Amino acid sequence: MTREYIHLKIKRQDNPDSAPYWEEFKVPYKPNMNVVSVLMEIRKNPVNANGQKTTPVVWECNCLEEVCGACSMRINGVPRQACSALIDKIDKSPIILEPLSKFPVIRDLQIDRQIMFDYLKKVKAWVNVDGSWDLGPGPLFPEKTRQWAYQLSRCMTCGCCLESCPNYNEKSAFIGPQALNQVRLFNAHPIGKMDKEKRLDAIMGPGGITECGNAQNCAKACPKEIPLTVSIADLNKQTVLYGLKRWLYK
Amino acid sequence: MAEKKIIVVGGGLSGLMATIKAVERGVKVDLFSLVPVKRSHSCCAQGGINAALDTKGEGDSTWEHFDDTIYGGDFLANQPPVKNMCDAAPGLIYTMDRMGVMFSRTPEGRLDLRLFGGVKKRRTVFAGATTGQQLLYACDEQVRKWEDAGMVKKYEGWEFLSAVIDDQGVCRGIIAQDLATMEIRAFVADAVLLATGGAGMIYGKSTNSVINTGSAASAVYQQGVYYANGEFVQIHPTAMPGDDKNRLMSESARGEGGRIWTYKDGKPWYFLEEWYPAYGNLVPRDIAARAIFKVCVEMGLGVDGENKVYLDLTHKDPEFLDNRLGGIIEIYEKFHGDDPRKVPMKIFPSVHYFMGGIHVDWNHQTCIPGLFASGECDYMYHGANRLGANSLLSALYSGTVAGPAMVDYIEGLSKSSKDVDKKHFERELKRQQEWHDKILKMNGYENPYKLHEEMGDIMTENVTVVRYNDRLKATDEKLQELIQRWHKINIEDTSSWGNQAVMFTKQLWNMLQLARVITLGALNRNESRGAHYKPEFPERDDENWLKTTKAKYTPDGPVFEYEEVDTSLIKPRPRKYDVDKEATMND
Ligand SMILES: Cc1cc2nc3c(=O)[nH]c(=O)nc-3n(C[C@H](O)[C@H](O)[C@H](O)COP(=O)(O)OP(=O)(O)OC[C@H]3O[C@@H](n4cnc5c(N)ncnc54)[C@H](O)[C@@H]3O)c2cc1C
Repeated sequence: MTREYIHLKIKRQDNPDSAPYWEEFKVPYKPNMNVVSVLMEIRKNPVNANGQKTTPVVWECNCLEEVCGACSMRINGVPRQACSALIDKIDKSPIILEPLSKFPVIRDLQIDRQIMFDYLKKVKAWVNVDGSWDLGPGPLFPEKTRQWAYQLSRCMTCGCCLESCPNYNEKSAFIGPQALNQVRLFNAHPIGKMDKEKRLDAIMGPGGITECGNAQNCAKACPKEIPLTVSIADLNKQTVLYGLKRWLYK
Repeated sequence: MAEKKIIVVGGGLSGLMATIKAVERGVKVDLFSLVPVKRSHSCCAQGGINAALDTKGEGDSTWEHFDDTIYGGDFLANQPPVKNMCDAAPGLIYTMDRMGVMFSRTPEGRLDLRLFGGVKKRRTVFAGATTGQQLLYACDEQVRKWEDAGMVKKYEGWEFLSAVIDDQGVCRGIIAQDLATMEIRAFVADAVLLATGGAGMIYGKSTNSVINTGSAASAVYQQGVYYANGEFVQIHPTAMPGDDKNRLMSESARGEGGRIWTYKDGKPWYFLEEWYPAYGNLVPRDIAARAIFKVCVEMGLGVDGENKVYLDLTHKDPEFLDNRLGGIIEIYEKFHGDDPRKVPMKIFPSVHYFMGGIHVDWNHQTCIPGLFASGECDYMYHGANRLGANSLLSALYSGTVAGPAMVDYIEGLSKSSKDVDKKHFERELKRQQEWHDKILKMNGYENPYKLHEEMGDIMTENVTVVRYNDRLKATDEKLQELIQRWHKINIEDTSSWGNQAVMFTKQLWNMLQLARVITLGALNRNESRGAHYKPEFPERDDENWLKTTKAKYTPDGPVFEYEEVDTSLIKPRPRKYDVDKEATMND
């Protein structure tokens, strides 16, 4: 789509307690821009589409190459990373920017995703090494297993999967696909495996795996194309087996 | 005695590793970071991390790793710490492997290795092309475990503003600011580590994350810490120029067989292979960047007449590429549009890494007792040019040194920081509060982001690949002008909640101070060494310049001192990449 300027409509909010409002901007077009570089232009000249002075828009970004997970927002209603949202590939105008809706807003497009990190704690998303000292080479690990586990390990805690999941909301305690996926990852690692049961325990209670309604939105929303639904299906098997074992050997 | 506490500022690889090491010694850590530590810049690292594991049967050794690193750094690094790092590397990698890093494997399930620049043996461990992300995540997970156990308290979304230094000149804590509430607070600690990373933003656009301003390092420099070797800034030969940043195309692309070329007389010209037959496309970064610069800027032979050359992987098997280089191929495809499996990538050099940094001793302590620095923000391991895949290593390794060194230091302290007179904290807190309030009231006519752009442009123009004294002088004059204009900023946003403009304006001040250190350090150093190249002084001059630059802050600008380099292990020899390293040993 050729444009003279880029028309943005941004849902803004001054602080967590104030009401949101819309503000529009028109930024001169240059080729090869992305949503982040357009927001950067606004900072250099914070004037809205009506020609009024305004405050620069607040948003989070960091690596600008889709590995840090910071710049998630809703762009034309779709949760995604702003850095990889190339203007030349967006046909709609105005381009609508909103903060992710499932997390508390800090300011404008900036949100608080602390809960995702808390859930990583809950599921013990780590390999419980005895210590960081040198114990010589680690266990052998087949490259074939490594390849699929590597896919899972690329989750950058961006929140797009939670944003798109109908079962993740204020009313439910569901920990969501991102944390579940980490359980599968650590349960596949030769040392991580040793704490498999603890992690399965953590996802078998309230807010755990049974809250997944199988809407399958998460895998589609994931910018890293992590097979989240495959992870959840696999954990379903793991929990059933483990549940049976737990019952048999009680 | 009161319970002792350590503050670590920075949750990249280095800060996290230092945290783990300190906690394992039983000391609690308060961990500060601008962003949730999992989003730290270390996640950008792509290609890999070096360790002489020799899993490919090439007879590699830690000594050879050490020699390559010293030679690659043009002999400016102090040698004993570098040797210790190379010796520790294999053990560190094994530890990271046990922590769950999904390193790529050999067919028998051992750690695979690939080739990197400036070396002849495969020595680089990797996890696809997202090695930094994988290493960072493993450290992040271990620290989360310690957080869960109550040993680590995280302050994410806080910015370090300055160190608290008592009347005896000892560091007793920090002043930090909550980026949402804007609250400025003093925090007490018996030892403080800065692991705050690089400073790419000084150049406007670089391969770095946008939070890499060097602001924290500059803040302590302005409090009396020496900044060392500032003029040594690595320009990476292969980045994809962009409007918002330059996206790196990792050296591993060449390590896996990628070739650099452009057209000459209508035919592909592999100029690196022609000029440097011994190392070809895998010459160190300073050499490759200068060559590409020469081809484009001096000879006018860039692709389509622009400042670009090809980085070509099209001759490689697409499946192999996806497995080994998927991460960068994805970035190029997403941000450029072309498929590197089918069309050669177009690249140009970009600012990438800071060899220089906060001056520290071999325990990573600065000249202010109790204040330590590690990771990219220190100056220790890379001399005048860093070899690829050595900085993830130095980030991790320096963390393993700094963490325990801080514990040793506080064990020897006679007086806990908790017992230090509160006035020291109040004094520094007041200074920072006044600075904040002053900026919040700025109602001039300059825009901080535009000033930043001007600074970045002039630095990129004059203080990168090729340096001339007259231009360096002019650059410093321009920087001084920008400092004057900084006072005329209009802050536009006067909110006392989540105000990014105020924070950026503070960072900009700090960046300008460091930019002067870099520029004047370069102006003074009349020789060519590693990444620092002056056509007017094309040779390395060991007699006069085999020295570490140390800049000290004064309100009138930096003053410079020079320190001997410890070359006790390997005698300096000429550095040439057109021939094998062995050929230089008899010179
Ligand atoms: C694109 C790219 C690719 C790279 N690839 C490789 C590679 O393949 N191999 C290799 O060896 N090296 C590579 N590097 C270099 C390497 O990634 C870095 O040198 C290394 O990760 C730095 O780690 P660090 O821990 O020192 O700092 P960082 O990871 O930058 O962490 C800095 C931390 O400090 C915090 N911080 C900064 N300032 C403040 C403040 N004022 N207050 C509070 N917190 C603050 C940040 O929030 C962050 O947590 C690459 C670099 C780039 C840019």
